[in-house]
Amino acid sequence: MLAKRKWALMSSAVLLAVTVGCSSSGSSSAPLENGNDPAPSQSGGDKPSTEKKTITITYRDDGTGEKGTLYKWIKEVSEQYPNKNVEIKPTPIQASEGDYFAKIALALKSKDTAPDIVTEDTFMLNSDASAGFLEPLDDRLKGWEDWSNGSFIEAMKKGVTASDGKVYGVPYNTDSRGLWYNKEIFKKAGLPEEWQPKSWDEVLDAARTIKEKAGSDVVPIWMNLGKATGEATSMQTYEMLLYGTGERLYDEASKKWIVKSQGINDALGFIETITKEKLGPPLSKVLNGQAGNTATREYLPKGKLAISLDGSWITGNYLEGGAAPWPEYKDVLGFAPMPTSKGQDPGTITLAGGWALSIPSNAKNKDEAWDFIKFALNKENTQKLVMSSGNITVRADVAKDPEYTKMPFNAIATEYLKNAEFRPAQDKYPEVSTQIQSMVESVATGTSAADAANKYAQDVTRIVGQDHAIEK
Amino acid sequence: MGGISVSSPQIRRRNLTWLYFLLPSIVILLLFFIYPILLTFFYSFTNLALTGEAAKELKFVGLDNYTRMFQDPTVRISIWNTLVFLIGSAVIGQQVLGFLIALLMKHKNKTFRRVIGTVVLAGWVTPEIVCALCLYSFFGDEGTLNAIISFFGISPVTWLFTVPMLTVILANIWHGTAFSMLVFQAALDDVPSEIEEAAVVDGASRLQILFRITIPYIRETITTNAMLVTLQTLGVFGLIYAMTGGGPGTKTTTLPIFMYNQAFVNYQLGYGTAISLLLLLLGIVLSLFYIRSSKK
Repeated sequence: MLAKRKWALMSSAVLLAVTVGCSSSGSSSAPLENGNDPAPSQSGGDKPSTEKKTITITYRDDGTGEKGTLYKWIKEVSEQYPNKNVEIKPTPIQASEGDYFAKIALALKSKDTAPDIVTEDTFMLNSDASAGFLEPLDDRLKGWEDWSNGSFIEAMKKGVTASDGKVYGVPYNTDSRGLWYNKEIFKKAGLPEEWQPKSWDEVLDAARTIKEKAGSDVVPIWMNLGKATGEATSMQTYEMLLYGTGERLYDEASKKWIVKSQGINDALGFIETITKEKLGPPLSKVLNGQAGNTATREYLPKGKLAISLDGSWITGNYLEGGAAPWPEYKDVLGFAPMPTSKGQDPGTITLAGGWALSIPSNAKNKDEAWDFIKFALNKENTQKLVMSSGNITVRADVAKDPEYTKMPFNAIATEYLKNAEFRPAQDKYPEVSTQIQSMVESVATGTSAADAANKYAQDVTRIVGQDHAIEK
Repeated sequence: MGGISVSSPQIRRRNLTWLYFLLPSIVILLLFFIYPILLTFFYSFTNLALTGEAAKELKFVGLDNYTRMFQDPTVRISIWNTLVFLIGSAVIGQQVLGFLIALLMKHKNKTFRRVIGTVVLAGWVTPEIVCALCLYSFFGDEGTLNAIISFFGISPVTWLFTVPMLTVILANIWHGTAFSMLVFQAALDDVPSEIEEAAVVDGASRLQILFRITIPYIRETITTNAMLVTLQTLGVFGLIYAMTGGGPGTKTTTLPIFMYNQAFVNYQLGYGTAISLLLLLLGIVLSLFYIRSSKK
């Protein structure tokens, strides 16, 4: 009797354990929870001319739905699209930025779920291209005049070229990064209203002055420091610092990842100083996923933040109809270039990212999709998009347009692109980037820069392999 | 007896009848239960990835994912966090608190039992994610708890940041205690009151009755409940993910969170499945431990 009961108990224990393990592993391997509406195109290949084809466009919806810039733009462009034999259908994925990439990777994997056009962040483009998810566009681009006649800024083509040398997307916007600062707070603290720091020390000095003179409710300097802010932490904070030391993430010559260098130590040292001297934002605010929005939409407009190391696009929030309308931003804010660590050449640094339209390998209507991309990304339509979103254009002809240049900060943000650097076009980059985020967060929460750098070296070496890692 | 030959076709058919009835469930179990587990096991030996070069070509990498796991310091941290979360919220929190509530409610009048029972149950019937959001706003910087303590003149504390593990443990206790309470209520009702009364007559104190009679009597229930609660807690993901995201740093990164991060943030599905098997192993080991400790 007792033995029997024991057996029953034992077997139920194992069964339960299996259930728990299974249900959790289910979340790691089953691509079921795909927020994307697959929206397969109904038209078969039999009667291409008579039946109306549906071209689906997948992009990230940040929760704004039909009020979103991209949704409105797609609707507007497709109404004007001359080819009435196709129907353009937005199929957004509502997700946080990090989840979006996982969800499109799942969607692109299968013919049943792949859209005809997908918006790709240029840092994921290489990874998705290496996975075979995207269609190389070189042959098609040859036949498109705009691509070869200098309409696109040449440097921007680098961002959509994968490590195999092929182009996998047509860029539609880019961005630069720098130091946003509140001129009113600067004035109060006795700092120049036209601020041009020449080195990191000058940035820190300004922050110290603000801490001293501007009152305790003003955060001197805000940088994204958490894992929760994902790529924003890697790019806007760490890489802006690292590249400013003259060091890089990846050594193009030896084709190896740099896992140890003085540059890494210096970049972490800057973050350590901010943390130790309490020049940064409260950790409970900066370590959650909303940190970017808190700084941009709350602290900066309310005069609670003096300096913010962030992207050129943040002004999109302040436009009429934006997330935090603030008409005075053009007078209150200044946008200073980020200096190199000691002011060495080239004096200032910025990283450029941006988004592109790509065609998935599993797309059903590639020719129609390409035709639509050419129309959607012509001068007129690109301009509409970048002006409503607050991004910078990738087209030289838009950059010269008076409508575009008269938007505050557009000219200056475009100017910074001169020294722009891109993230390595390597398929390991996204994984290395999450290690960067862990490293930055640990320094921000009190781990010493040296310990954090050591852990980074170990983790990155494990990810890329001993043969692809180098110490400097 | 034995007049009928064993090999009679009639008997044989009757012996197989059970199979016809069980076949649908066997097929479903094989397809949706055994097959995914085998698949998980298989993938844990591959470089399966969501994107990047590895997504194009599935390669067998032997024990790489496992060696990586044992070298990864975050795995050790995650196992430790999982155990802390488990012991704090399940074994001590839900189990002990559930038992106490059940014990204190025994012999109380019906209305009292109903009211208290409903209140405790409210936490249990609340969906996990709703529960996470409620407690997030409770512990948040401008949350209810800080509002209460600042009323008494205490300066606000960033709970989710200063004591993140404690907040998720309390959240899980709030969410899950009702289950243990229900189980123990049923078990305590089964303890014959004659034995307890006899003990009272013999001059036993209340504590003596509790430890000498009540607890030994429901020992089996305690074990079963501990096991159920443990296995439920091992798999908790949404609650922690929504409240702290596993942070700050790795302070609340339990194995399920770590697994999710590897699979869907780092896109390493192969590594993620290896971690899920570690979680499975942990579940089995703990279950066997409970069974061991229950037999005397």
